[in-house]
Amino acid sequence: MMSDIFVLIPGRTSRQGTALNEGKYTDTYKEEITTLLMNAEDMQRLDLETGDRVRMWNEQAEVVVTCKADKGESPPGVLFISYGDISSQLMGGDTHGSGMPTSKGLDVQLAKAE
Amino acid sequence: MSIAEQPPTTETPELKIVKDATCTFCGCVCDDMELTVEDNHITKAKNACVLGKAWFFNHHIEDRPEATIDGQPVTYEAAFDKAAEILFNSKNPLTYGMSDSTSEAQRVAVAITDWIGGNLDTTTSVCHGPSGMAFQGVGEVTCSLGEIKNRADFLIFWGGNPAESHPRHFTRYSLMPKGEFIPKGRKGRTAVLIDVRKTKSAKAANEFLQIKPRSDFELAWAMRALAKGLKIDPKIEEKTGISLETLTDLMDRMKKAKFGVILFGMGLTMTRGKHINTEAVLSLARDMNRHTRWNARALRGHGNVSGADNVVTWSTGYPFGVNLGRGYPRFNPGEFTSSDVLAREEADAALIIASDPMSNFSQPAREHLAKIPSVVLDPKLSDTARTATVAFTTATYGINTPGTVYRMDDVPIPLRPAFESPYKSDYEILKEIERRIRAKQLGV
Ligand code: SF4
Repeated sequence: MMSDIFVLIPGRTSRQGTALNEGKYTDTYKEEITTLLMNAEDMQRLDLETGDRVRMWNEQAEVVVTCKADKGESPPGVLFISYGDISSQLMGGDTHGSGMPTSKGLDVQLAKAE
Repeated sequence: MSIAEQPPTTETPELKIVKDATCTFCGCVCDDMELTVEDNHITKAKNACVLGKAWFFNHHIEDRPEATIDGQPVTYEAAFDKAAEILFNSKNPLTYGMSDSTSEAQRVAVAITDWIGGNLDTTTSVCHGPSGMAFQGVGEVTCSLGEIKNRADFLIFWGGNPAESHPRHFTRYSLMPKGEFIPKGRKGRTAVLIDVRKTKSAKAANEFLQIKPRSDFELAWAMRALAKGLKIDPKIEEKTGISLETLTDLMDRMKKAKFGVILFGMGLTMTRGKHINTEAVLSLARDMNRHTRWNARALRGHGNVSGADNVVTWSTGYPFGVNLGRGYPRFNPGEFTSSDVLAREEADAALIIASDPMSNFSQPAREHLAKIPSVVLDPKLSDTARTATVAFTTATYGINTPGTVYRMDDVPIPLRPAFESPYKSDYEILKEIERRIRAKQLGV
């Protein structure tokens, strides 16, 4: 099975912001925070299509999310997901003396979920 | 009594217009809202952006118990007693959240934490906490959003995406408005976006510099060197993705600006380097003042996160990550900050105000928070409220309760509530808890 190392950038989106107000238990919010946006070239290389389930993991956790081709926002090697429960699972507890866990620019591995 | 048990009203729904209301969803704190209120629902929110509309339209009165203990509905009185007991009996409690609450309530949260000798922290520690550390290290040359509107002819947005996170920042404060010295509005300003991803904000900018992930510090440091007229190795492009030629050209134009501003987001503070990244950008803004006027300002997220910084600072001398256990304030991010006291399993109780750490903290921190007794105040049901020992349903600040919030540039703004809530405000709930704790502490 092919897996690759990526840099994951969790961040805010306006859809996440509006869905947050509707409630964190709404389908829109859950869908938003479990959708991974990827560079189209990376998807092609890993034989992925929009809607495919992918495993993403690091030393903290492993999560399964749905991938989607982005509109050219991320360069190859960079992934984006709406900040929330899923992205936070991949964050370590150590804050390196700052109070802030490294929450953006996380190294993760990614492969198609079997 | 549960809200659902209250008798239905037979009065005809009244229509109310609330002018100059304030949106507290994001740090822009737009205070030019015109709200139409029908039957305790906001049906129109003139001037609000897409996020503001979602905020106003979805905070109606939900049918939830006013308070619960271990998930079971109880009266406010029973919940106040239990909350005070938990916090009073703890040895190393944590107070956290506060950025979606009024400054009046924040002040009471500080008092409670002082009485119980706890760790006082706000959501700042996981957003611009590193910027707070950087301010102390290198200072902050800054200005208000009003000055940006009226004077700024060169804007650099760095590691932030206001188009999605602060939609009216561009239109109301920074990019588009006509200002006293910027009569042409957008045409009178140059905007550059520096980010790893070509976000929606890139469309609004004149130029987009796509940097490699985790190279913000190197880029800012190279720009500092250029500002000082030092020679730079062209290899900077390998590290940052930006050519020396592009950087030199940018610096030449930055030096010619009349009033420049760097508006930075969490792309700097949440990425490896954290406060060092912000220090580099703040130092760059400071260095630029050898040539012309430059400022830096953080793009703050939550509606009153700046208020939390202000209140905690004026009360303790430090903005976040403060320990009051010895009877005097000690500041140490990494030691007294929430993520750390939880992940290291040091806190033995928690008071969480209008925040949801159970869904956005690291896994070790969440696991510990779920194990300790907690008191949670939130207008909406959240994972944190679900795991709370005592959970209070609260009125929503700005929509149901008056008070003060601080805009992202530290300007205090009054709130004009739209309609009353049957639930108590954070302020009222915290006051009751404080009264009980103080009585216990003083033995009266
Ligand atoms: S920009 Fe922020 S404060 Fe202004 S209306 Fe939108 S969400 Fe509300």
